[in-house]
This record gives sequence, structure tokens and C-alpha cells, in this order.
Amino acid sequence: MKIIRNIGLTIFLICFAVFLSLPFLGKYKLTEKTFTENFSDVNQQKVLKPALKDVFDKEYNSNVAFFNDYNKAFDDANKDFRDKKEWDKVINDNKILDITKSSSIGFVKDNSTLLFIICFLISALGGIMYMVPALFIKPVAGIKNDYIFKRGITSRGIIAFCFAAFLIIFYIFLYQKPAYLSNWVLLMDGLSNTLTGGNSSQWFLYGFLYCLVMSVMSVRMYIKYRNNNYQLLRTTSVLFFQIAFAFMIPNILTNLQLPSMDFKNIWPLDYTFFFDYRLTELTSNGMLGYWMLGWGIFLIIVGVPVMVYFFGKRWYCSWVCGCGGLAETLGDPFRQLSDKSLKAWKFERIIVHSVLVFAVVMTIAVLYTFFTGSPKLLGIDTYSIRQTYSFGIGFMFAGAIGTGFYPVMGSRVWCRFGCPLAAYLGIVQRFKSRFRITTNGAQCISCGNCSTYCEMGIDVRAYAQNGENIIRSSCVGCGICAAVCPRGVLKLENLAEEGRFDAYIRPEEKAF
Amino acid sequence: MKIVIIGNGISGITTARYIRKQSDHEILVISAESDHFFSRTALMYIYMGHMKYEHTKPYEDWFWSKNRIELKNAYIQNIDFDSKKLFTVKGEEISYDKLVISTGSITNKFDWPGQDLKGVQGMVTKQDVELMEENTIGVTDAVVVGGGLIGIEMAEMLHSRNIHVHILVRDNVYWGGILPKQEAELVGRHIAEHKMNLITKSELKEIIGDENGKVKSIITKDGKEIKCGFVALTAGVSPNISLVKDSKLETDRGILVNDYLETNIKDVYSLGDCAQFRNPKENHPPVEQLWYTGKMQGRALANTICGTKTKYDRGIWFNSAKFLDIEYQTYGIMLKEPLSDEDTFYWEHKDGKISMRANFDKADGALRGFNFFGIRFKQTVADDWIRNKKDIGYCISNLNKGFFDPEFYKSYHKDIVEHFNKVQPQYQVKIAKKKFLVF
Ligand SMILES: Cc1cc2nc3c(=O)[nH]c(=O)nc-3n(C[C@H](O)[C@H](O)[C@H](O)COP(=O)(O)OP(=O)(O)OC[C@H]3O[C@@H](n4cnc5c(N)ncnc54)[C@H](O)[C@@H]3O)c2cc1C
Ligand code: SF4
Ligand code: SF4
Repeated sequence: MKIIRNIGLTIFLICFAVFLSLPFLGKYKLTEKTFTENFSDVNQQKVLKPALKDVFDKEYNSNVAFFNDYNKAFDDANKDFRDKKEWDKVINDNKILDITKSSSIGFVKDNSTLLFIICFLISALGGIMYMVPALFIKPVAGIKNDYIFKRGITSRGIIAFCFAAFLIIFYIFLYQKPAYLSNWVLLMDGLSNTLTGGNSSQWFLYGFLYCLVMSVMSVRMYIKYRNNNYQLLRTTSVLFFQIAFAFMIPNILTNLQLPSMDFKNIWPLDYTFFFDYRLTELTSNGMLGYWMLGWGIFLIIVGVPVMVYFFGKRWYCSWVCGCGGLAETLGDPFRQLSDKSLKAWKFERIIVHSVLVFAVVMTIAVLYTFFTGSPKLLGIDTYSIRQTYSFGIGFMFAGAIGTGFYPVMGSRVWCRFGCPLAAYLGIVQRFKSRFRITTNGAQCISCGNCSTYCEMGIDVRAYAQNGENIIRSSCVGCGICAAVCPRGVLKLENLAEEGRFDAYIRPEEKAF
Repeated sequence: MKIVIIGNGISGITTARYIRKQSDHEILVISAESDHFFSRTALMYIYMGHMKYEHTKPYEDWFWSKNRIELKNAYIQNIDFDSKKLFTVKGEEISYDKLVISTGSITNKFDWPGQDLKGVQGMVTKQDVELMEENTIGVTDAVVVGGGLIGIEMAEMLHSRNIHVHILVRDNVYWGGILPKQEAELVGRHIAEHKMNLITKSELKEIIGDENGKVKSIITKDGKEIKCGFVALTAGVSPNISLVKDSKLETDRGILVNDYLETNIKDVYSLGDCAQFRNPKENHPPVEQLWYTGKMQGRALANTICGTKTKYDRGIWFNSAKFLDIEYQTYGIMLKEPLSDEDTFYWEHKDGKISMRANFDKADGALRGFNFFGIRFKQTVADDWIRNKKDIGYCISNLNKGFFDPEFYKSYHKDIVEHFNKVQPQYQVKIAKKKFLVF
């Protein structure tokens, strides 16, 4: 069994190495034909073609060299307009990802199907081969956190920092310089064409990787928590919502040329929901568009409070949400790294609520511009507010920090410190909900397993050892505290609201 | 007033915290084991890598100065009760107005030959775990002597390092002195399932060392030799009273105290693992070596010290433990045999890993206590039923009010009720309806 495990790991690592090498492989040759396919506007062609004439048909051995020449040519073409301040004529979008993809020649292009199979399918298989032997090595069901704090990857060793660096770099390229990832995106074209009817973008790649990583890591969840039905169902649920709602349905809608929408993504997590281009898209698509708009608003106004009242914020954070889904699968090995100090809790409250306020203000500004047409609100350019939010929160916080810091600060950095929707759900959970984690009398032995494995950094023990129920706005109801408690002290449940804050007092001590 | 507490375990610390809640007395807690209070119950998880030492500290380090509880890391060697002074090993002198002694337990050793060899140890302190880390390097086989709660924990620890474990127990089943036969067998099967070797009806005779003074095998009383590189001594713990052994303080197994946790000397109190009750309640142990009891005693004592004389009352007994992967919760006094006026009902799931037992009054059917294996049950419900002498039929029918397993777990209520009706045909109980949404 150990051999299978090691073979699996080896296969995975080899595939991963191949995957990592792809951006550095391949040759690039831009032809005039490719160019005209991407820039169909005749006026643009007129401007760009002369500037690009040296680039056309030249073979590049690295994408860096290609980008240099291409970008330079592009800038030259625009220079004239810029100098003359003819801003409307400047061609902003250089379509570099599409251009690079379609200019790719040689190894990667020719073997894209094979590479797809190696990078994604065989590597996933390797991962699964690594995980499944656990069933035989530790045949008795029961949660085992053995070695978690003795292994570098799960206890902030050097390898954990390397992994964090990799994730952060990945996000930076994904959001800011996707052209460097063109060879990866290229591999996705086949699948993308089948699903969406068009070539793949970096977001299609990201969506696919997201689903793949979640699926493979779910196998780990299913094995590790196989004695716990709550965990099994919850994992299935997040996986389903990710694959069906976040990935398949939007892509199919695109294929049908309908506005694409992730029906479970709720503003303000889905911060672009009220952006002009999305509102326009929805309102120009007849009944269906209006229905989608209505659904989105319904979720915000009715869905969230009603569901949180009955089930707590977990219905979203641990059962539906994509960010939560990744945190509960890929992030599970890192959950114990969250900071439990009181100080961290203070920071958390300030930061997460500030992001919520920021999201609301940004959305008001954007809507103001949408309805009045005036680009400024109180003298501030609404577009720049929106850009700041997208960059600062959407990319930096949710992406690079939120996921990149998994191996350093635990799996829910974004959910805990950054997510404005979590803040909103949390306020309802704290003040008007039937959800609580009940503490079983005085059975707590203060061992600390619950606090250690709470990904939200809640010091569960502080409540449990006092016989108090755990009612915290940040609790995502993952149920792990209850699962790892060796004395059966904790239970997540929805009960009558009254008495949820009452602590257990032993009858003998009532008089104290 | 200056209150000095020796021992920063759960009982000493609880006393300190509750004194602080009610008063402004000066509080000093002295301990030689660690700078800060940590959870002794979590020692095993440090070794297994589930947690680090930091995680076992229930309070952050700033907590103590914020609450003006002074901590001192020192070993007390001597107490002069007349002049109310303590002396540390280093010769420091500390005076007190009131003294609380909560020095905890030490591992039982029964003068086995070879018990001081390298690789032979118990597990009570933080240092023991560090030692165990060292002692188990390169070990392939280990023997656990005595099958109590610490024994099974040490077995699990060793098992997590892929060390083959032999558990030596005196009775013919695991923990037979405490658990009823069926439950003991259930645990025994679970131990076997984990490929550990439970050797019943056998006792340690001697431990054999190699030329380097490290253990290489043990010999049982029936002459069997078991090769091993590590021996865990877990035949119970006893009160750590060496500090006061030959003093004016009255001791027996532990420091003798009354129900107010007062010793025979004025202004000197004792509680927790090191204290022994002069008049324990019927069927209750005179020395309570439990986390919960240390906590409850501390709360009562804090009241007494602060002027409201408060009797320590254990209330309805409860406890819990975990045998490898099987959780155990018990409520009420549940001995290995029901008391003479009690009848017992036992149900076991067909897979043999989940069970429940209820003891009840033969005459009037009043519930006396529960044992649960692999089922979590609410203390509030069990406590209420036992306290108020609820009829067994009512209890079985209403078990679902107390089940505490996580959501979506299978309920065994129907099975239990059917079995109950079969073995106690005079009862024909039905499952009580549980409201789906409670408003
Ligand atoms: C491995 C293990 C697992 C356990 N699991 C459970 C469980 O699951 N449930 C449960 O209810 N109970 C459990 N217990 C029992 C429980 O931990 C004890 O009952 C409890 O810790 C006792 O607390 P205490 O405050 O009386 O003493 P301790 O916690 O033992 O504290 C005594 C302190 O006093 C210090 N001390 C002693 N003498 C001196 C001196 N002369 N000078 C200075 N300092 C001194 C010691 O170093 C020690 O730090 C477990 C015990 C062990 C060892
Ligand atoms: S308190 Fe428990 S259920 Fe809530 S987030 Fe933390 S571990 Fe999950
Ligand atoms: S895991 Fe359970 S016993 Fe341990 S501190 Fe948390 S609630 Fe208490």
C-alpha cells in the first residue's frame, strides 16, 4: 500500500513538473492571418499592421521575447494617438492572451490533447493513488490528525512557504499577466469549445482547475472523515455547487448565447453583480435576464436572512460557496494554521466589516453612475472606486492572499478577514438565528482540539470549557470542531432562538 | 490577604480564577512543571502531532497578568505551617496567609525490578511526553502495563508511530475493574481491530535491560517474555504528597480534606488529584482524579476562601473518555456490576462498536445511570433524569431528546426501543415524537 502511495505521489509530481514547465516551452509565430482573426476592426488593422510588420512570421523561442516585441509594436502604434491625446483612438486591449495562444506553434500546440491528459487527468489519478491507500493503511474509520504538526507542509515548514509562493505567483499571473499562462490555457481549448462553443480564456482554465482540485481533494475528505456523515454530505454539496453552478451552468449559458451567471454567487461576494456591463447584459436579455436579476436580488434580500435564520451561515459558507468549497477541500490540511488569539479576532472584525462597507459604498457609487450617467459621486470617480475594489479586494485579497496564504495562515483567510458576504451572513447569524454550537454540559476537558482545528480561528474551547454555546458571527459551521472533539462536547444544531446564549450551570452551582 | 497556590493544574488554576472573580486578594500560583497552565488531558495529542504544546494552553499568556494572577516557576521543597512560609529548592522563602495545595498525581510504580531502566516510563507530566519522544526513537515493539485510561492513550500514541503495542491487563478483559463485561469486550475487540495485542490475565513480573541500561524485554508473572524497546507504566496514578508526607498535615493516600476542602490545619486547603475526602459519598471514590472534579472543587474552594463557606458537591457523576476511535460517556454511578437493588438494560449495535447501558431501580424503575459507547448523549438530559428519578420506560422512549451525535448521523433509537421491549416485556414503549422545528 505504501508503494502505491509513493507511486501515486511520483506520478503526481512528474505531471506537475510537466505542467509547470509548459509556460517555458513552445515556439511562437504570429502570422498576419492570425492577427486579422483577432482584430477584425479594419481601422485597427490599418494602424496596427505596419507597426507589427517586423513581428509577423518571425519565430520566437520564448514567450518573453515574443511579448517584448509584440507589446513594443503595440505601444508604438498607439504612441501617435497618445502624443496627440486622441484617447478615443488608442487601442487599449492588445488581446495578448488570444494572440499568444493562436501564435503558439510546435510542441505544446501539437500535443495539446496529450498534455491535457498528462497535466490534468493523470496527475489527478496520481493524487488519488496517493490518497486512497489511507483506507488500507489505517483501516479503522476515525479522524486521525497524526503528524499534522510534525510535517513541514502542514505546519509552516519551508515547503509550506514554497507552496504559498507558488499559489501567490499563480494568482498574480492569472489576474495580471495571463498571457504567460497561454500554454496552459491552450490545453483547455478542446474542452472549452465543447462546453462554451468558444476558445478557452484564463478564467475557463481557472474554473476547470478549481473543479479538478476540489474533486481530487474531496477524495481526501471522503476518506479522512468517512465516519462523519455531516462532513460527507457537506463535501458532496460544495463539490456539486462548484461543478454544476459555478462551472457547468455558466459555460452552457454562454454556449446558448445567454447571459452567463453563477446562480449561487451572491452580492457582495459577487461584487460585479451591479456593474453596468452586467446590468446591461441582463436587462437586454428579456424575461430570462430580468429573472436572473430578480433572483440575484432575491438572494441578497430574502435568501440570506431567511436561510441564515433557520440554518446559520453554514448553509452558504460550508455547503454552497465556491471559496468555502476550496477551503474545505484543498484547504483542509491547513485549517489548523488559523490564528486563535484575541488580537486576531479584533483585527478580523475591523477588516471584514470594513470590506463590507467598502463593497456597499462601491456598489452605490457604481449604481449611481449607472442610473444618472454621471461619472463622479461626491467628486470621486466611481470607475476608480470600482477599479480599486476589483484590484484590492477581488484580486489581491480574495485571490492572492485568500488562497495563497492557505499554507501559512490557514484555509479561510479570505472568508474570515475579507469576505463581505461572510460579514453580512455573520451579522444575521450572531443576532437573529436558530443556529448555535451547543456545549454538552461540563464534559469539556479543555484539550484544545476544537480551537486548533477551527479554520476560522475561533477559540471554541474558551466557550466550551465554560459550558457556553458557541455563537460567533464568523463560524462557518464546518462542523470540524465537533468532529475532532474527543469527548463529544460539541454539536452544531438549529433550535429555538430563546436560550441560545445561556451557559450550562450545574444544579449544584446555581446558588454560587 | 495573600493566597498562595502550589500547582498550576486545573484545580489550582480554577481556584485562582474564581478567587479573582470575587475578590482583590493577592494570588500567587507556583508550579515546577510549566510556566503556564496547560491541559494535561491533551498531552497525548502533542506526541501524536495533533497539537503543539502552545495549543494545549487554555488561556493566552497575557491572561494572567491582566487578571493579576502572579505565576512563579519553582519547586517547593518545604512548608513551615507555623510561620506560614514556603521554601523553594533554591532556598527562596515565600510567605502566605492562605495556602492551597494542588500538587496533582504521580505515576504508580510497584517496585518492579527494572522499572527505572531507560525506556520505561509513565505519562503524567509535560516532561514525560518529551521523554517519551526520546525513548521511542527506533522502537518497534512496546508494552503497556495496565489498561486504564492513560494506558489506552499511551497505546494509541505508540500506535500512531507504527509501533506494535502489547497491552498487559490483570483482569480477563480490558479495564475489567471498572467496565461491565460487555463494554469491556467491546473495547477489547476495538483494540484488536487496531492490531494491538491485548494480553489479559497477565501481570508484569520484571523488566529486563540490555547492556546499555535500556529495556529490551519484559517478563510476565506466568513467565512469558515479550521483546520490547519501550514500556509504558500505566497501572494508575496516586496523589503527589511527598512535599507534606512527614509534616503536621494529615494524609492517608492523599491529603485528607473535609467537604469544604479544608485540611486539618487552619488556612491550608487541598484539592484535585492530591486530595482525599475523609467522608466520600457512598460508592464515590475518596480520591477524585478527574479534570471535571478538579474544576468543580476549585469553584467551591474559591467561594470558601473568599468568605462564603461552600460545600463541594459532586452532583450526579459523569465522565467521558475515548478508546482509540470509540467515544465513551457515562452518567450516574455505573460500576462493573449493577448495585444489588438495580436492574440493567444493555443494547449493542450489530457491528459491535456502539452500545448503551441503562441501570435502573428494580423496584420503581427509576433511572440510575447510563453508559454510552459510540453515541454522544446530553449531560443536561441525563443529569435531569437521574436526579429526578425518571422511569426507565420514559427514558428509553425519550432517548432522542438526549442524543448528541452530529447531524445526519444514523439514530439507533428504534433498534434500542425494540430491544428494550423484547428484554423488558413488561414495558412496551414507543419512540417519543420529536418536534421537527422547535419554535
Ligand atoms: C495523560 C492523562 C490524561 C488524562 N485524561 C483525562 C480525561 O480525559 N478526563 C479527565 O477527567 N481527567 C483526565 N486526566 C486526569 C486529569 O488530568 C487530572 O485529574 C487533573 O489534571 C488534575 O489536576 P490537578 O490540578 O489536581 O493537578 P495537576 O494538573 O497534576 O497539577 C499539579 C501541578 O503541581 C505541580 N507540583 C507538584 N508538586 C509541586 C511542588 N512541590 N512544587 C511546585 N509545583 C508542584 C506539578 O508539577 C503540576 O504541575 C488525565 C490525566 C493524564 C495524566
Ligand atoms: S466553530 Fe466549529 S463549526 Fe464553526 S467554523 Fe470553527 S470549527 Fe467550524
Ligand atoms: S475538543 Fe472538546 S473537550 Fe477538547 S477543548 Fe474542545 S470542546 Fe473541550
